[in-house]
Amino acid sequence: MRAAPRLVLLSLLAVLVLLPYVWMISVSLKPRSEVFQATLSLIPKDFAAVQNYGRVLREIPIGRYLLNGVFVCGSILAFQLAFAIPAGYALAKLRFRGRGVMFAMILLGLLVPAHVPAIPLYIAAANAGLLNTYTALIAPFTISVFGIFLFRQFFRAMPDELLQAGRVDGMNEASVMLRVALPNAWPAATAFAIFSVVAHWSDLFWPLIVINEGALYTPALGVLWFRAEEAGDDYGALMAAAVLVTAPLVAAFLLAQRRFIEGMTMSGMKG
Amino acid sequence: MSERAGFGEALAGWLLTGPAILAYLAMLLIPTLAVVVLAFTDFELGMPGFHWVGLDNFSELLTDHGMRTSVRNTALYVALVTPASILAGLGLALLIEAGSRGKVFFRAVFFLPVVSLMVAMATAWQYLLHPTIGPVNAWLALFGIAGPNWLGSSDWVLVSLGLIGVWENAGFNMVLVLAGLTAIPRELYAAAEVDGAAGPWARFRLVTWPLLGPTMLLVTTITTIRAIRTFDSIATLTQGGPNKASEMIVWTIYQEGFSYLRMGYAAALTVVFLVVVLAIMLVQTRLIEKRTHYS
Repeated sequence: MRAAPRLVLLSLLAVLVLLPYVWMISVSLKPRSEVFQATLSLIPKDFAAVQNYGRVLREIPIGRYLLNGVFVCGSILAFQLAFAIPAGYALAKLRFRGRGVMFAMILLGLLVPAHVPAIPLYIAAANAGLLNTYTALIAPFTISVFGIFLFRQFFRAMPDELLQAGRVDGMNEASVMLRVALPNAWPAATAFAIFSVVAHWSDLFWPLIVINEGALYTPALGVLWFRAEEAGDDYGALMAAAVLVTAPLVAAFLLAQRRFIEGMTMSGMKG
Repeated sequence: MSERAGFGEALAGWLLTGPAILAYLAMLLIPTLAVVVLAFTDFELGMPGFHWVGLDNFSELLTDHGMRTSVRNTALYVALVTPASILAGLGLALLIEAGSRGKVFFRAVFFLPVVSLMVAMATAWQYLLHPTIGPVNAWLALFGIAGPNWLGSSDWVLVSLGLIGVWENAGFNMVLVLAGLTAIPRELYAAAEVDGAAGPWARFRLVTWPLLGPTMLLVTTITTIRAIRTFDSIATLTQGGPNKASEMIVWTIYQEGFSYLRMGYAAALTVVFLVVVLAIMLVQTRLIEKRTHYS
């Protein structure tokens, strides 16, 4: 294809995709009077950023929501790695009775969407008095079958001689895994981390079920609540809140584009 | 000696997989089996005890008017969003690969929705699509077209949510297709050219499309399942309304199970949802097997 038509077409499509972002930012800067004019002008005549962002920062603990999000996503990831790396390593490199059954179970687990176990998990959390706790937000996702699968595939491709050298040096299996296999597993770990954080930062279904206490809101719950209960028709403040919760992950993506795209492409297998 | 080494290796294997297997049982396998069991009861949270009701929940699913609406809406939404976002993803990927300038930039732009908080972006879409103050209708008005009440009318709400769904999924499909494209050996294009496939369309038909087959199958499965699971935009923007016109299966599970606490009924619906998802994956696996058999 010739260069000019391709660039024109791509630019038009890019404008379409960016439309909600552009308007979100524009409205977050506009005063009320301008928000309510059906106008196509993006630049506010009077800047109202201070009022809009000020209202969000004054009225809702948006920093708290973001920290909750970071804490929940970080904890989920830490548990997932702690479970998935040893399991993936053992399934790839060790021979033991039950390995085949375990791997079949992992493959079966890949087929089950996260919504399926939600009802029994909710009943269990309610009976254990764990609703409205960080535990409820984190525990169901501590295990990632996709993570186990990914690390198993990755470790399988690792040459045995590398590990054998460690064993000859008298290391036990856990040290071989931690000191020899793990340092070589960073590409898989990064890809998995990105996949996991993107999924759980945006998750709404499960937090909506187990949390109804403001102090524990994740960013998604915080915006949902602000939109439904507080903002009313104050679109300026609402868009300011939307900008503030969208920005962190988008900024991380822009800083590490290639890694994000690789990570999410790898996760395509899971669907 | 080798006996001992074998036992040591097995022990290490069990110790390293043990924690993961316990978590797997507790968080995934047992709850999934429990959903199937619950589907045959009238369990309600907060009510003492429960009864076995056999297939009652499932027969209620079949006769419940709201449920039929929910399933029909889900099917319509999937029929709208899946082909459109696959074509969009394919088109974007081919356009990006067709030249060398701006590759990284455009790929990043189209991927942006994947890393954006859907609740927040849905809120932005709500303003864009607002019937009186929204820029979309303001733009249509320039051409003398009176835009509809996108999210507020039962005729348009699924189309509007579908539009948001395509916007959300196209970039993800694009990166999957791009990954598939880079796996096609360059020499094949040269070979096709030698054989007289000169134009871009001939190259696409003879080389790209056949070799992209497995990728497109994967993309189709993923997109279909992602479309079926749609929840965030409904929970944020329409709550299934107006008049149940945007009621879809995961939203209905959420409503029945967690708003009305009718766990048994919601479990039955969850089982149906799981069976549909498994069926789609089974079809995909079958198709892949067939391909490798005959080609």
